Amino acid sequence: MKIRLLDIAHGRSGDKGDAANVGIIAYDDKGYEIIKKYLTKERVKKHFDGICFGEVERYELPNLRALNFILNKTLGGGGTVSLKLDAQGKTLAAALLRMEIDINE
Amino acid sequence: MKDKIRIASGQGFWGDLIDAPFHQVTKGKVDYLVMDYLAEVTMSILQKQKIRNPVLGYARDLPDLLKRILPICMDKGVKIITNGGGVNPVACADAILGIAVKSNINKLTIAVILGDDIRDNINEIISAGCELNNMDSGESILHYKDKLVSANVYFGASPIVEALKKGADVVITGRTTDTGLTLAPMIYEFDWDKNNYNLMAAGTIAGHILECGAQSSGGNFLGDWKSVDNMAEIGFPIAEAYPNGEVIITKHPGTGGKVTFETVAEQLLYEIADPSAYITPDCVADFSSIKLQDLGNDKVRVYDIKGKEATAFYKVSCSYADGYTASGSLTYSWPDALSKARAADQILRKRLDNLGLKFDEIRTEFIGYNSTHGPLSVKIDEDNINEIMLRVAVRSKEYESVKRFGMEIAPLILTGPPSVTGFAGGRPRPSEIIAYWPALIPKKLVRPEVKILELKQ
Repeated sequence: MKIRLLDIAHGRSGDKGDAANVGIIAYDDKGYEIIKKYLTKERVKKHFDGICFGEVERYELPNLRALNFILNKTLGGGGTVSLKLDAQGKTLAAALLRMEIDINE
Repeated sequence: MKDKIRIASGQGFWGDLIDAPFHQVTKGKVDYLVMDYLAEVTMSILQKQKIRNPVLGYARDLPDLLKRILPICMDKGVKIITNGGGVNPVACADAILGIAVKSNINKLTIAVILGDDIRDNINEIISAGCELNNMDSGESILHYKDKLVSANVYFGASPIVEALKKGADVVITGRTTDTGLTLAPMIYEFDWDKNNYNLMAAGTIAGHILECGAQSSGGNFLGDWKSVDNMAEIGFPIAEAYPNGEVIITKHPGTGGKVTFETVAEQLLYEIADPSAYITPDCVADFSSIKLQDLGNDKVRVYDIKGKEATAFYKVSCSYADGYTASGSLTYSWPDALSKARAADQILRKRLDNLGLKFDEIRTEFIGYNSTHGPLSVKIDEDNINEIMLRVAVRSKEYESVKRFGMEIAPLILTGPPSVTGFAGGRPRPSEIIAYWPALIPKKLVRPEVKILELKQ
């Protein structure tokens, strides 16, 4: 069965220099088990192919049913150097919520 | 000792809703109003203003705001804490004193926190053995020290606590952590031991929830955003703090927005790295320890927070000028909107190339198609898309190249693809790039100073 991340989670993203932080929060415990299992560093890195050019770091916050990702080398240099319209990565949480996960795989 | 204090967030950044602080001090009881004005880029802008005029360099909205709210705050006993002093907190305090006199306030104590600005002490700091190595690259600051626009240390809550102990009604700081503004009144009112790192972390995390204004009370909420009621009159968050470190996040009754587990959780995840090690001058807070309980009626309890001892360093943010950027845009309509925008981009790039201009980067984005999600954007029906905004941005060390780029946008209207509009703003002008140099400095090399300015009867 395929589920869309947008339907089980929300989140917020922002900048840390040239890195973006993407926090993803599941709406319930079942959702957290899914994101904890399926939202691996590798899968997130692959999802952001062509956007994130560095390492992806992953942290768990079980009390908040949340994961925090740091996408290094993502914001075109960051700060006032970046030429991107979204130089602060504000829309990247929504971009991650586009992901579809096959929970039977 | 008070059994609780209510700390209201008044601004999430310089440019936030101007009336928010007024509503925070008039729509219900609060004890403190905290306002964050400083982003990294703000410091360098303010430094440039101060170089041009020595009595500027602070958030100029602040005196106008205080004209409106200082009489109310003095009447109700609401203390104001803000980092809007920027790179010239003394001038900011002087301006506020002037307003107080005009408003017939005849008793006022303003505390100014100084010592964060180390731009003029860089050589001494280097001689003391600290080369302010870049936290990302490891490089020493030696080759950059003569072109620094600004260099500021992030102080924590301690100097603000000292200011409150000296009876300050208004505390004006320069570069202070956003979280320190909120932690300080808790330490002061509840007489917290600064070595109790769980309490330091609790106040720090409350500060993180307040520091972006309404971003924790329903603004920019990516959950069920349509469920956020009356965003037009959104209430900014209030932290109701208790001596044991528990905090209830809420907002004034009758205001718009909402405070729920989800809205607070989103803000907790904002701009953090390793959640178990959120480093401030006051402590190392553990965000993974945070427990949230949604109490309903726009109240969320934040509790059970753990922290560890602070490090021996302050963070320093230095900035220097590093070239120029500009961006220009044009809007193309149906039919073939995207193809026209693509063609215009190619024509523009060929002209820039023919002119022999030097750019470090040229970036093209198609707004309405891929400017936010890039390669993740779904394919669109190119025959039927209504319109596309072409946005091209350039970066160069050479001012003249960027200036000339700005002159090549408008000509595309008469010398490029048809059905194009949206060039009303004039030629894009080069803007200076401010590059950042994050570093650490041993705490013992800098000393915060609290200066008191008083109006007495």
